Amino acid sequence: MAFFLETLLGGLMTGMLYSLVALGFVLIFKASGVFNFAQGAMVLFAALAMARFSEWIPGWLGLDSKVLANVLAFIVAGALMFVVAWLIEFLVLRHLVNQEGATLLMATLGITYFLEGVGQSLFGSDIYKIDIGMPKDPMFLLEGMFQGGVLVNQEDLIAALIAAGLVAGLSLFFQKTKTGRALRAVADDHQAAQSIGIPLSRIWVIVWTVAGVVALVAGMIWGSKLGVQFSLTTVALRALPVVILGGLTSVPGAIIGGLIIGVGEKLSEVYLGPFVGGGIEIWFAYVLALVFLLFRPQGLFGEKIIDRV
Amino acid sequence: MFYRENGQFKTSYQADQQIFPIAQDRWAVLLLLAFAFLVVPFIASEYLFFSILIPFLIMALAALGVNVLVGYCGQITLGSGAFMAVGAYGAYNFFVRFPGMPLVPAVLLGGLCATAFGVLFGLPSLRVKGLYLAVATLAAQFFSDWMFLRIKWLTNDSASGSVSVANLQVFGLPIQSPEAKYLFCLAFLVVMALLVKNLVRSAIGREWMAIRDMDVAAAVIGIRPMYAKLTAFAVSSFIVGVAGALWAFVYLGAWEPSAFNVDLSFKLLFMVIIGGLGSVMGSMFGAAFIVVLPIFLNQFLPWLGGLFGMSFSTATASHVELMIFGALIVWFLIVEPHGLAKLWSVGKQKLRLWPFPH
Repeated sequence: MAFFLETLLGGLMTGMLYSLVALGFVLIFKASGVFNFAQGAMVLFAALAMARFSEWIPGWLGLDSKVLANVLAFIVAGALMFVVAWLIEFLVLRHLVNQEGATLLMATLGITYFLEGVGQSLFGSDIYKIDIGMPKDPMFLLEGMFQGGVLVNQEDLIAALIAAGLVAGLSLFFQKTKTGRALRAVADDHQAAQSIGIPLSRIWVIVWTVAGVVALVAGMIWGSKLGVQFSLTTVALRALPVVILGGLTSVPGAIIGGLIIGVGEKLSEVYLGPFVGGGIEIWFAYVLALVFLLFRPQGLFGEKIIDRV
Repeated sequence: MFYRENGQFKTSYQADQQIFPIAQDRWAVLLLLAFAFLVVPFIASEYLFFSILIPFLIMALAALGVNVLVGYCGQITLGSGAFMAVGAYGAYNFFVRFPGMPLVPAVLLGGLCATAFGVLFGLPSLRVKGLYLAVATLAAQFFSDWMFLRIKWLTNDSASGSVSVANLQVFGLPIQSPEAKYLFCLAFLVVMALLVKNLVRSAIGREWMAIRDMDVAAAVIGIRPMYAKLTAFAVSSFIVGVAGALWAFVYLGAWEPSAFNVDLSFKLLFMVIIGGLGSVMGSMFGAAFIVVLPIFLNQFLPWLGGLFGMSFSTATASHVELMIFGALIVWFLIVEPHGLAKLWSVGKQKLRLWPFPH
């Protein structure tokens, strides 16, 4: 029982991290109808920037406070993501308005290659560390109820808390601020939003920046767990089933989808994996999402797709 | 001046329904085929065969298959790499487990394995549409990656799924020299292209296009979506599977599951979109673009660097290549979202009026 709970909790926390990446997909799809395959590359790019700036900044400014270096690196990397967002809007999206979904998808794949190339030639392609001082020791819960208690990774717990905080912050931003209201209007109906004077291009830059910052947070957490390396881009491929499971247009969907996929993955690997030779995590997540899609083709919380002739 | 159809009158239905109704097109295609079959084997160098011509032919075949599904039936797929893998390993199993199995039937049977796999993973397309489907087809990709790595029976109990074939021959003729390999792939491509060209102008092809343009409307006028979508998946994955078998047998010779990873799926989709959706010619253009571009960049960048007195390390060069590849693709999508096939038809239109435009 304790083992089951441990697996379950581990799954929930991994799921929270998947939702972080998935959130980036959803934000951009909602606001611009672009299925942004480059989210994985953005995570890598942001994490690389963060890792390298936190190394370089103390040398440049002669600081020796680690916290300050990390905060500055975060700010610089965030600014860099804004520049990336602005460039993508200015150079790519603006010219592809009204194109088909598949063309836009391919364009973001092109951006993926570009960002991977730029990121690695600017910041290098070795494995880097991000040290934001997360505690690494495991922690035992509920020792009174089970023998030995339930083992929880503190690092995962903090990461999940950060993710939850980010989501709460984002929903506040979307619900309570003027910009957030404009973003929701654009998501609802591009033309209507434009006709009442909301500047589409500025909104797109904001959304891509927000997605970039989300990618930065995701990259920071994943990077401090696994090290910043090229394989970070595959995190995006693992977050894709989360997006379609939760629905492409739904922020709560990304969270709940992430939790379902995280738990499903871990439980399947632990309880089903040994029978078929292991390593089933990644395709199991996709199959799980597919099964859900068969019953709700628009995902759990996606907007209902209405076909009209 | 040269490309006019004035004066070419059709006097029978048969003449009206030819694949190439314009005489100049017919001659051009015949000349191209004659050149490809009779001249190229004698003039091309070994390097040209192995790094450009053979990969181009096989990738064009695969892109043709993907185009049936994405371009004609409108079902976006990111799982084509998996279909290639199933074709390759299916053909391998037939080839190795049945002694004396000739090469061509083994390749075709591999294609049939891919068909079964494709139809299975095409089933969700009946419920799931558009981008949701694109992501869902990634399931096929990751499943096949896992399947050929972990299920030892499929790879004849070899470690890490790496297998190899040797001693390929057709009717007693060895397929060893680059010329023989080239001609073998070319024959497959020509036959399949003819097949697709005919399929898409038959009833089933029209059904696919109706489904692509508006599936609800197509269903209303009596086209069975299930039949149309699944046949598109079947035909597409058969062709892609055959291409996979050729890629493995003829081009690679020895391969492992990672030869057919998700990157290959992306590249195939690139070929189709850059070449032009719903165009047989476009698949070839797209394949040529994606096959030649990396080689070109690889040769061109050091030269350009040398011009400015810079020398790249190999790591930097590969990153810069990646950057330029991505940027060129984006640029291309912006300049010509309908692909190279569209440029081709615009060119033909211009040529009709040349040298006296209105």
